Amino acid sequence: MNAPDFLEFKNVSRHFGSIRAVDQVSLSIRKGEFFSLLGPSGCGKTTLLRILAGFERPDTGCVILSGQDITQLPPNRRKVNTIFQSYALFPHLTVRDNIAFGLRIEKRPQREIDHEVERMLELIQMKAEAGKFPDTISGGQKQRVAIARALIKKPQVLLLDEPLAALDLKLRQRMLIELDLIHDEVGITFLYVTHDQGEAMSLSDRIAVMNSGIIEQVGTPAEIYEAPRSSFVAAFIGDTNFFEGRVAELIGNEYSRLVIDGFPDVTVFNDKQLAVNNLIYLSVRPEKFHISRERQEKSPRHNVVPGRVEEVIYQGSLTRYWVRVQEYRIAVTQQHSRFLLDEKPITWDENVWVSWHADDGFMLERYSQSDEQLVTLPE
Amino acid sequence: MKRSLVPYCVTAAILVFFYLPILVLVVNSFNTSRFGGSWEGFSLVWYSRLLNHREIWHALTNSLVIAVSSSIVSVLLGTTAALALHRYATRLQKAHYMLIYTPLIMPEILMGISMLLFFIAAGMQLGLFTIFLAHVTFCISFVAMVVLGRLQDFDFSIIEAAQDLGANWWQATWKVLVPLLMPGLVAGGLLAFTLSIDDFVITFFVAGPGSTTLPIRIYSMIKHGSPPLINALSTILLAVTFAAVYISQHLLEDKT
Repeated sequence: MNAPDFLEFKNVSRHFGSIRAVDQVSLSIRKGEFFSLLGPSGCGKTTLLRILAGFERPDTGCVILSGQDITQLPPNRRKVNTIFQSYALFPHLTVRDNIAFGLRIEKRPQREIDHEVERMLELIQMKAEAGKFPDTISGGQKQRVAIARALIKKPQVLLLDEPLAALDLKLRQRMLIELDLIHDEVGITFLYVTHDQGEAMSLSDRIAVMNSGIIEQVGTPAEIYEAPRSSFVAAFIGDTNFFEGRVAELIGNEYSRLVIDGFPDVTVFNDKQLAVNNLIYLSVRPEKFHISRERQEKSPRHNVVPGRVEEVIYQGSLTRYWVRVQEYRIAVTQQHSRFLLDEKPITWDENVWVSWHADDGFMLERYSQSDEQLVTLPE
Repeated sequence: MKRSLVPYCVTAAILVFFYLPILVLVVNSFNTSRFGGSWEGFSLVWYSRLLNHREIWHALTNSLVIAVSSSIVSVLLGTTAALALHRYATRLQKAHYMLIYTPLIMPEILMGISMLLFFIAAGMQLGLFTIFLAHVTFCISFVAMVVLGRLQDFDFSIIEAAQDLGANWWQATWKVLVPLLMPGLVAGGLLAFTLSIDDFVITFFVAGPGSTTLPIRIYSMIKHGSPPLINALSTILLAVTFAAVYISQHLLEDKT
């Protein structure tokens, strides 16, 4: 995956009235990559996709596709094709004619069109439905027709705008696998827009997390989950606990001692090289905690705090606990790798010890207003 | 279980209420008698007289020319108006909608008078052209409303999809937008055609010498007393209308 940058957004901005939908976004996407734009609704991800497709013109900045500046090209002259959220199949054309549309517009010879359409029908396994109209096929089939209709144009980038949003859960999971297979098979670059972190995490080579028009972080799914660069990313991708604290001391080059109100001293990995007295959030994901009745101090790099269980939700493969530690209600999930019935499980109102390794927490600088709202986690 | 007879009776009563007068007219058109009071035997005499009645044919030609041309033009303008109303949400759109909607509810006589005054003020010769302009004016509103209804559940990402697949504006319009709007365009066009061909009030004001349309001709024939001819003419019109409705419904069914 070390192909050169292939698709580039350079300082792209787009305003709607006073709203900055896309704000100075720069982004590079590699050839053949499955790249996702992930963010809550209204974060600008769809606008960015529409700028690439040509349906929106950026106010400033440019879009470069394999070395060519395409910012001013109309949609029909760009080598990109889109899968629309509503599929946008042509209701007056059959499945076959829908797929053939792009080639007919190009006025390709009939034999070539027939050949290509046959190939596509085979790829999406819909030869039997070729003569049907879009109204008479299922949601998953519509989705596949939309994919075939776009792929037949052999685009340099395939744009997918929340393509699974309209499907039910089971179908969504199946289409997820199919999309992955199709991406492997055709080998073209996919730009995937979604608000669903699960989809983005499972499909993408890399993800850009967007929030109110800016890109918060770009990275592989694991990088984004394990080392979020902002409190927004930490809270948006997966669940996490935030603690307000201050850097009290640097321990060597790698670790810091933190002061958090009501907690004993906390050690944390300091990859961001934050200086003493910086105000920070400490973020620890629920599954990184361990809870036990006895105090367990495995190593000096482990942090241990006492707390009281307020809520227990048993979910089979795991149990969720909410543990009160001073002013914080810590969410903890424990996987059950052992047979549970032999032991007396931890339950309501028990006093427990909550521990985690210094490497499993990460510090985030406190700098913006929007961070304030994230301190209390939705339950 | 015994079925109630009430629905049948009500249906029959309504059909009688609607169609009995028309039936009387049709029967009378084959009546030898000059006056509708009594049946004096079957005859096609009124039809043959009608065939040779030059003024009626002239009026019918006028009516058809105006109806066809004004419905084509009003479909074009009405559709663009509907698209503009639907697509572009600006503050002016409310005013635009009002302006398009008003002719639907404005008394015809008011429109007739105002157009007559306008044409005179503009120094225009009253004739076929002024009738055409007047008909286009009120037909646009009807077409726009019909097409607007069709646009309510139209997904414009389909147009974007066409452009995305390489279609330019022209191709997207002709290969996707127009075929999908076709039922609305046909319905709007037929509505405009029927409105135009039987309009009396507005036409009466803006018609000039030599530009008599069929409704105006019929009116003057009644005044000068030749009802049997009118019966025959009405029967023919009726047959043509039924045929047109039947054909258009058939076409619309095939589309979907």
